Amino acid sequence: MSEYKITIGIECHVQLNTKTKLFSAVDNDAVDKEPNSCVSPIDYALPGMLPVLNKAAVEKAVKAGLAMNCKINLVSRFDRKHYYYPDLPKGYQISQMYQPIIGAGEIHLPDGSTVKIEHAHMEEDAGKLTHYGTYSLVDLNRAGTPLIEIVSMPDIHSAAQARLYCEELHRLMLYADVTNGDLYQGNMRFDVNISISDTDKLGTRAEIKNLNSFRSVERAVEYEYSRQKALLEKGEKVKQETRGWNDATGKTTSQRSKEEAQDYRYMPEPDVPPIALEQSYVDKIAANMPMMPDEFRSKFGVLNLDASEQEAILNYPVLAQRLSEVCDKDIKLAPRVAHWFSSILLAEENIDKNFALATAPELVELSEMVEKKELSSTAGKEVFLELYDKKNTSKTPHTLAKEMNLLQENDEGALEAIIDEVLTAPECAKAAEDVRNGEMKAIGFLVGQVMKKSKGKANPATVNELIKKKLS
Amino acid sequence: MKIADKNTKAVDLVREALEKAKKYEEYHCFISMNESHALERAREIDEKIANGEKVGRLAGVPYALKDNYLSREGVTTAAARMLDNFPSPITATAVAKLEAEGAIMIGRTNLDAYAHGSSTENSYFGPTLNSHDTSRVAGGSSGGSAVAVALGIVPFALGSDTGGSIRQPASYNGVIGIKPTYGTVSRYGVVAMASSTDVMGCFANTIEDADLVMRIMAGKDPKDSTTLDDFWTRDLEDAKPKKKKIGIVKDFLGNGVDEEVKKTFLDYAKQAEKAGFEVEEIEMPIAKYGLAIYYIIQPAEVASNLSRYDGIRYGHRAAEITDLDSIYNKTRDEGFMPENKRRIMIGNFVLSSGFFDAYYLKAQKARTLLIKAYDEAFEKYDALLCAVAPAPAFKLGEKVNDPLQMYMEDVMSVPPSMAGLPAIAVPAGSSKSGLPIGVQLVGPRKSDQVLLNIAKSIEESK
Repeated sequence: MSEYKITIGIECHVQLNTKTKLFSAVDNDAVDKEPNSCVSPIDYALPGMLPVLNKAAVEKAVKAGLAMNCKINLVSRFDRKHYYYPDLPKGYQISQMYQPIIGAGEIHLPDGSTVKIEHAHMEEDAGKLTHYGTYSLVDLNRAGTPLIEIVSMPDIHSAAQARLYCEELHRLMLYADVTNGDLYQGNMRFDVNISISDTDKLGTRAEIKNLNSFRSVERAVEYEYSRQKALLEKGEKVKQETRGWNDATGKTTSQRSKEEAQDYRYMPEPDVPPIALEQSYVDKIAANMPMMPDEFRSKFGVLNLDASEQEAILNYPVLAQRLSEVCDKDIKLAPRVAHWFSSILLAEENIDKNFALATAPELVELSEMVEKKELSSTAGKEVFLELYDKKNTSKTPHTLAKEMNLLQENDEGALEAIIDEVLTAPECAKAAEDVRNGEMKAIGFLVGQVMKKSKGKANPATVNELIKKKLS
Repeated sequence: MKIADKNTKAVDLVREALEKAKKYEEYHCFISMNESHALERAREIDEKIANGEKVGRLAGVPYALKDNYLSREGVTTAAARMLDNFPSPITATAVAKLEAEGAIMIGRTNLDAYAHGSSTENSYFGPTLNSHDTSRVAGGSSGGSAVAVALGIVPFALGSDTGGSIRQPASYNGVIGIKPTYGTVSRYGVVAMASSTDVMGCFANTIEDADLVMRIMAGKDPKDSTTLDDFWTRDLEDAKPKKKKIGIVKDFLGNGVDEEVKKTFLDYAKQAEKAGFEVEEIEMPIAKYGLAIYYIIQPAEVASNLSRYDGIRYGHRAAEITDLDSIYNKTRDEGFMPENKRRIMIGNFVLSSGFFDAYYLKAQKARTLLIKAYDEAFEKYDALLCAVAPAPAFKLGEKVNDPLQMYMEDVMSVPPSMAGLPAIAVPAGSSKSGLPIGVQLVGPRKSDQVLLNIAKSIEESK
């Protein structure tokens, strides 16, 4: 049995989160909207309509390119890609076939590997077709949504690495704030090209289209590997074809072969002048790029976080950003804040990645309260869960802790009153007597009684000291 | 042209135009009339004038609109069954600008379906007849508009010119036809033919009228990214040619050009000399390839632009459909005219993989050479002079079954189109049998008004 090397290249469509569409001035956010309610005469492809390029989409594309360490092409052009389908109103998609805006680059994966980017280009999304037995309905809300298609080099060599690549790409796009990144809504979709070979020559590839989760990317690669391996071992050939993924069966199925592939009859788009960027424009965007996951990784290195905990936090730019700010204020406090963050990631399935997170000063204050033993660590986490989402509260950590009755009482006067009460209580007489006689293990019972009476707010160490002093 | 004021009622101007349209119905200039809207708008303007309110520069002036412009008034057909009965929700920028100045559209004029043709015979609604000889073609594709102006139904009409569609019918009917610099007038709201050479222009009976109409329509439009900043801003007398030199393109004087056309053209050149111009013959060997370049690039863009007519969202849809392919196939088979289909097939062929480099790309390279040749010529000359079409208007039906002969009509009008240059057609004389013959002045980009100035000085030297 031969060992087969797997070679994978991935094309990823990213929907840009601009306010309006790529070539028309209507709402680009179709989530929860009535079908065909975000459609302009341009998207509808009425006669005589002309596309007008959305400058904000160009800016987002440049950001995306910079996030992937790519060369930005100062001159790029649009082309028409022709095919007939009811979700494509013009009968062509405006794309960039010959001169894309984003040139070569590379991204670094958390496992230390690097995947080169061949190029990335801008294009418009198609609408959506829903089939109902004998008829189909067209929804053009998504038609004209700006996309960038990111084309990797065939640098990926395992299912796990394919998944890592997609996850890191997702993070980069989120950090650069070019997409909402909601995979369920189709904000990022992956086409995976897979071939296997036991020689130095690449094998024939199959393309698995339209994968919309990291897990399906990984599973599809695993399935394809075994499918292609089985074919080769039987002495058969792998066909160059497009295949679809069925998440339920965990299998890929043939959609169309190379011979049936469409001729897109690409043509330069005469209605949209070339995009000509000034280097200074690109430099300005570069200077204002937010920190990228890799930079956060090296910054968080000293915190010695568990790798999975760190990556989970990095999935949410807002969490990474806040943790970084806490590091800047007091690096000692940061690990605790990191643990709190991962606790919310564990507690909630889907957190809104744009939620209003508590500020760094608030998190530092809360963390310091625990350090100073004004709060137990359990109580600290409880307060954090109330505090972190600013939608729920505008109160300070201290106010919250007080209202939640979790502040530890270190005030000796108040504590002494409670202790005196406990020591004179009949049910405690025996234990007090034992401590007086030097049997120190009885002190635990007394401390427990004080804690109970103080409703947990007393600091147990302080109570211990005070009891010892009183009974000596 | 007559503009409404205290003494001239807009309603009378419009009514007169509508009556003439009816009188000349047999010429079939119009696909649809806009009578009630037009009269209503005329009354509004008269009311404004009576109240002493400000009215536009074209107050109450009736005009005819080529039926490939969208307007909320009435339906746009592009003379194709595909768009039979299409009520547009928007109005073309050019139309909106004219309306804002008080111009009143009285009807939609006939054209070759989707502006594909040189005779208006490719109209789904039948041909328009020549204003001077009803057995002959109006020219095309803007035939209806040219004839409406030539018959005096309206003082001006709009056309569109991709490879000669304004100039050739202007020449055939003895009126002025303006094909401006590419990007002068917004294409927004005009059914696209070939996007990289489509321009919006007009027909008129006087140079001043043409200048006024173009001045109003010209200018940057945020809805059309290919529009130029407004340059149509000078008084015509200020747009004087600097070199006082005109070149005659020798390559267009050879075989295939009718003797009467040649004579009229040479007479016009002599007249230009009388008007104080130095006239020289120049050679422009690449110019004769203009037609070949055009009939690759234009069908490619046509095929692409017509893809949207698929029977899914609007327009014609075939009745008996069984599946998606039959929606496309039957709808497009029924909706398009044979000439439309011919161009769709040529266009898709030259764009198809394996042929793209040999045809489309090579044509684009040749196009660049053509532009360069023009640029060089204009270092020496204010304008180049040539005929518009090889012969006067031909007989109805004469070329319908010979598409290549029909394409040859464009041989002299296409080169400036491919280079994005302004070209104006002006009447220069008649054949013995009384058919009008026009000539064409071509200038560097944005020299449109200079061309009008030259034409005017030649006209005045007679």
